[in-house]
Amino acid sequence: MSGGSYYVPTTSWWPILGSLALGVMMVGAGVKLVYDTGALLMLLGVVSIIGVMGLWFRDVVRESMGGLYDSQMDRSFRWGMGWFIFSELMFFAAFFGALFYVRTFAIPWLGGEGEKGVSALLWPDFVAHWPLLSPPDASVLGPDQVFSPWQLPLVNTLILVTSSITLTVAHEALKLDERITCRNWLAGTVLLGCCFIIIQGVEYYEAYNHYGITLEAGIFGATFFILTGFHGVHVIIGTIILACILVRICKGHFSTDHHFGFEASCWYWHFVDVVWVGLFIFVYVL
Amino acid sequence: MAPKLPPQHPLQHSTTAAADGQADHAHHASPKGIMRWLLTTNHKEIGSLYLIFSLIMFFIGGIFALVVRAELFQPGLQLIEPEFFNQMTTMHGLIMVFAAVMPAFTGLANWMIPLQIGAPDMALPRLNNFSFWLLPVAFTLLLSTLFMPGGGPNFGWTFYAPLSTTYAPPSTTFFILALHIAGVSSILGAINIVATILNMRAPGMRMMDMPLFVWTWLITAFLLIAVMPVLAGVITMMLMDINFGTSFFDAAGGGDPVLFQHLFWFFGHPEVYIMILPAFGIVSAIIPTFARKRLFGYASMVYATAAIALLSFLVWAHHMFVVGLPLAAELFFMYSTMLIAVPTGVKVFNWVTTLFRGSISFEPPMLFALAFVVLFTIGGFSGLMLAIAPADFQYHDTYFVVAHFHYVLVPGAIFAIMAGVYYWLPKWTGHYPHERLAQCHFWCSIVGVNLTFFPMHFAGLAGMPRRIPDYALQFADFNLVSSIGAFFFGISQLIFVLVIVLCVRGGRKAPAQAWEGAEDLEWSVPSPAPLHTFETPPVFHRSHHGD
Amino acid sequence: MRSLWQWLLPTCVIAGANQAQANGWNMPVGVTDISRDIYGLHMTIFWVCVAIGLLVFGVMFYSLFRYRHSKGAKAAEFHEHTSVEVLWTAIPVLILVGMAVPATATLKNMYDTSEADLDVMIIGQQWRWRYEYLGEDVAFNSNMSTPWEQIRGEAARGEHYLLEVDEPLVLPINRKIRFLMTSDDVIHSWWVPDLAVKQDTIPGFINENWVQINEPGIYRGQCAELCGVNHGFMPIVVHAVEEDEFEIWLAERKEAAEQEAMGVDREWELDELMARGEPVYRAICASCHQAEGQGAPPAFPALANNAQLIDDLDWHIDRIVNGVSGTAMPAFRSTLNPVEIAAVVTYTRNAWGGDTGDAVQPASIAEKIVQ
Ligand code: HEA
Ligand code: HEA
Ligand code: HEC
Ligand code: CUA
Ligand SMILES: [Cu+2]
Repeated sequence: MSGGSYYVPTTSWWPILGSLALGVMMVGAGVKLVYDTGALLMLLGVVSIIGVMGLWFRDVVRESMGGLYDSQMDRSFRWGMGWFIFSELMFFAAFFGALFYVRTFAIPWLGGEGEKGVSALLWPDFVAHWPLLSPPDASVLGPDQVFSPWQLPLVNTLILVTSSITLTVAHEALKLDERITCRNWLAGTVLLGCCFIIIQGVEYYEAYNHYGITLEAGIFGATFFILTGFHGVHVIIGTIILACILVRICKGHFSTDHHFGFEASCWYWHFVDVVWVGLFIFVYVL
Repeated sequence: MAPKLPPQHPLQHSTTAAADGQADHAHHASPKGIMRWLLTTNHKEIGSLYLIFSLIMFFIGGIFALVVRAELFQPGLQLIEPEFFNQMTTMHGLIMVFAAVMPAFTGLANWMIPLQIGAPDMALPRLNNFSFWLLPVAFTLLLSTLFMPGGGPNFGWTFYAPLSTTYAPPSTTFFILALHIAGVSSILGAINIVATILNMRAPGMRMMDMPLFVWTWLITAFLLIAVMPVLAGVITMMLMDINFGTSFFDAAGGGDPVLFQHLFWFFGHPEVYIMILPAFGIVSAIIPTFARKRLFGYASMVYATAAIALLSFLVWAHHMFVVGLPLAAELFFMYSTMLIAVPTGVKVFNWVTTLFRGSISFEPPMLFALAFVVLFTIGGFSGLMLAIAPADFQYHDTYFVVAHFHYVLVPGAIFAIMAGVYYWLPKWTGHYPHERLAQCHFWCSIVGVNLTFFPMHFAGLAGMPRRIPDYALQFADFNLVSSIGAFFFGISQLIFVLVIVLCVRGGRKAPAQAWEGAEDLEWSVPSPAPLHTFETPPVFHRSHHGD
Repeated sequence: MRSLWQWLLPTCVIAGANQAQANGWNMPVGVTDISRDIYGLHMTIFWVCVAIGLLVFGVMFYSLFRYRHSKGAKAAEFHEHTSVEVLWTAIPVLILVGMAVPATATLKNMYDTSEADLDVMIIGQQWRWRYEYLGEDVAFNSNMSTPWEQIRGEAARGEHYLLEVDEPLVLPINRKIRFLMTSDDVIHSWWVPDLAVKQDTIPGFINENWVQINEPGIYRGQCAELCGVNHGFMPIVVHAVEEDEFEIWLAERKEAAEQEAMGVDREWELDELMARGEPVYRAICASCHQAEGQGAPPAFPALANNAQLIDDLDWHIDRIVNGVSGTAMPAFRSTLNPVEIAAVVTYTRNAWGGDTGDAVQPASIAEKIVQ
């Protein structure tokens, strides 16, 4: 297995600076949320995290280009990325779990069905129904109406599915050393990612301004925004990653058989895509 | 573009971590000395950092426990206000779980896994240092909440909504963010460990040749990667409920406070096995060594560990027997929980059978390992009693539960960590720990632990609820004994620190194979282990495991 | 000899268990059929564990003494044995099945809340219990009555220190009583060991449980879920009485409730309101706003010398009637009656030097509640 050439980097500044940066960001976020000030501190944290990540990845790219990584190192990266994506999957699983739980248990119980149906004594006027337009307590305003899945959400689904295909084409092109083709299809993928984000932005605008779907709009709003919101953040990150990979392609990085940076981004993108399909089905359609 | 190559390994690093610690002491923290610890990518140095961090946190968490015990020494409110009492209970639980036990095991993993599988280092060394340095950041933030207006978290380490959302102090937001950082650290650390174990084994070492500590950690890391993100998810929902007006845990908006508990315990139960599986691994290394006999049932140990891990995903609601689950759920979780006794039993029987017809000696690591087997099993038995749902209606949220989990955590996890430390200290420092002092530490700890936690069973059965700063008069005697025991146990831990310090500074020299019966790969490198080991991978010979 | 042992061993065991029982070292047997079943389960599992423990530790300590390196023991070679391993996987499974069967039966019984004679709503509040006899128009709050001087060690502690309340829950024996349990704020847990009832009260949801008490008596318990600062000071007292005694009690309570309701319609004097308000304040408000109204900022605002409170009567009443949603301040609309609310408002406006002289009338509060 180990061929004796495993690259162990010497000292590095990025881990400690990265953790401090994350700490600064979290403290900033906390101060912002609790005392409504400190946005600058948070911004400083975010900027330093991005900076540290940039420098850290620059080192990795250099080491990779310098041929310091053997095939065993490559496998370490693969395991690392694979398990990281699994952890992300579990993160989304918590939110999906919450959605399933409220839909199959909590809301029917509050409405008087099932084993804890007596709970309805506390909410005499409440009718269980999903999507939950009128929450149990009148002080919580539910959404006025919800999105039809067959409009923007469907468009977004098509966009993301297409982007997964274009990305695969780009990858195949790279394997065949057709770098121009690869570059073009990858650029297309990034573009599709941007389209998705813009459409999602439009949808959020609509949600707040015309549909009454807000964070405060009962459990529907809460689950809607936490699922689509975290997904959206992942698309943004994924798009940025792909954009960086695009730059590297343009710079002539990667070889036909040695391009894990490219592959890892593909994995991530496909994962984001799969999560969206789950969202489309469980948040919008059903 | 010509890449700039990083410099080669500086040779001056080839001293041991421990010996260098001494040098640090002498030169009084010259920037170079500190920088080396801040910037390191070496698994041994990072392992030491983890272990030192966890020892400090064990003391901080222990002092919080002593504050709790001091208030409970007698009925009535004497020393602290109920509000502060709740903060102490909460912080004690959080610090012990997230900052003492988990980092201690990660530290041992860092030190020993590469040595046990013949790897030059962890798979992703820089990430490794990142995982560590997140911890001081996270726990400084967490501890600082105690000084914030309104006080720190006061809702128990299980932070049930809505006490932790609508009714919580303002510092709760910081508590959540701190936990997020700690979670990132655990996930990245676990990913690194999985990658190391799957990818960095010496040529010739199959999965079923790996020492059990490696196996148990592989499975633990899997649990971590699977459940830490769920914790991150649920605390994010709390954050939203507190700061953005969502209603995940509020029936008024269609949510449910019990949803919080389901998500929390989906993380929380595997979490308790995260704190015990590596302990099983350590004990499975020590018992064969000092019985001078191969571990009985290696394969079944592996399968049992995997079975415990898989079952641990299906039992979470045994912490929620009295929240009003439907009958079917109640039955399902009762049965699945009871089943965990089976694979755990397999492990206990295997250890005992390893002892049977061995050739046994009682060095300090062995003493702790044997105490582990007995006292952990007692804690397991009370766990099984708790698993019987109807009976749990009486046990739940009483000191009987507190007794249960301290038996599996203190003479369980903590004793196993101490056993591991005594076992591997010769490898780390090149010296044997002081035998007499270590024995003294052991006997004091054994007495202290039982004095502290055994009476809690009675207090709980007699009806004393947990998390109360004052209690009815009939519980006074039990609490008096517990408090005395706690201080005795606490003070005894100073001996542990003394032994470690002495051992780092000197003591009887240890050879490469420090213990006569020890067989794993780590004993083939010199003691103390040089900073870099196995730079050329060793060839693994199937001497003991498998055939 | 053998027969002696056969006799002695069980006797000792039973005597030991009884002794433990009497001294409060063990779970109480309790006074319901369910509590007895649970006690039986508890003891059975306990003895099974003891037996397994003796076996396992027996072999272990035997080995530790018998096979010592210092005594020249040579280690054997064996390291696996499939049939033994299968056996000690299978036997525990059987033992567990043996435990699961009675446990399942008991659990099913505990979940059968059908055909109850009486419904009692139990509501957890920070930090007291509220009991409502459904369909009977009888409802009251039950606060801890142990004085804080005893807790602070400034007075001698009584026999039922921390386990005594101003108004116990009164229940008839030999009747099946269904509990409907909920909470107004955070999760509490209503627990009386002798009744073997422990059930969380979840805000916004209702849990069901039931008891049928076999013996009259006074049974004490405590809140069993961390619910904030005064979680430790939220006891429960159940007074189980003969059925006819219960009927008399219930009739008296109904009568008193009607009296109180009539109080809404008449004009109250300031002194009267102050006198009525003080105990309400002590029992309900003081746990947060403190005895002298000084509060505990930032968590709990002061009521003494609170300018806004004194300036704006409507705002003041609104705080108490409707609470402040999203904070710990509960709405007292349905837990205090108009007389009590009027009295406590009057009290807070006139005690501690805030002499506004306002005598808030119950009738005006009743109007606000209807809105
Ligand atoms: C290291 C940590 C650890 C471990 C290993 C365990 C192990 C077990 N735990 Fe424990 N537990 C905790 C830590 C742990 N627990 C904590 C921290 C809490 C409280 C959390 C809180 O509320 O704050 C808790 C609470 C807890 C509860 C909830 C109690 C309540 O709040 O009401 C329950 C209920 O089922 C339970 C059950 C079990 C069981 C069945 C096991 C089993 O794994 C034990 C299995 C072992 C054995 C049974 C012994 C050996 C076996 C044999 C010798 C074989 C033969 C035996 C038989 C067939 C009987 N635990
Ligand atoms: C691994 C985890 C772990 C460990 C090691 C411990 C260790 C100890 N725990 Fe605890 N404990 C928990 C995990 C743990 N605990 C959890 C999860 C809870 C639940 C929290 C909750 O309810 O939310 C809990 C709750 C808990 C309670 C219940 C509190 C309550 O319900 O209100 C008590 C009460 O006695 C207690 C006591 C102790 C004691 C005395 C020790 C001792 O072992 C500690 C040993 C002491 C030291 C190591 C101190 C160090 C020594 C010195 C500083 C030098 C000596 C100096 C002097 C004596 C002055 N713990
Ligand atoms: C469980 C704790 C609790 C109890 C019991 C309680 N309060 Fe409050 N009260 C609060 C809190 C918290 C606030 C602050 C709400 C906010 O943030 O606006 C408050 C606010 C108030 C206010 C408004 C004061 C201000 O400056 O905002 C009044 C008046 C008041 N309470 C009166 C009472 C009375 C009278 C009672 C008893 C009948 C009572 N409270 C019982 C917690 C409590
Ligand atoms: Cu109410 Cu604890
Ligand atoms: Cu558990």
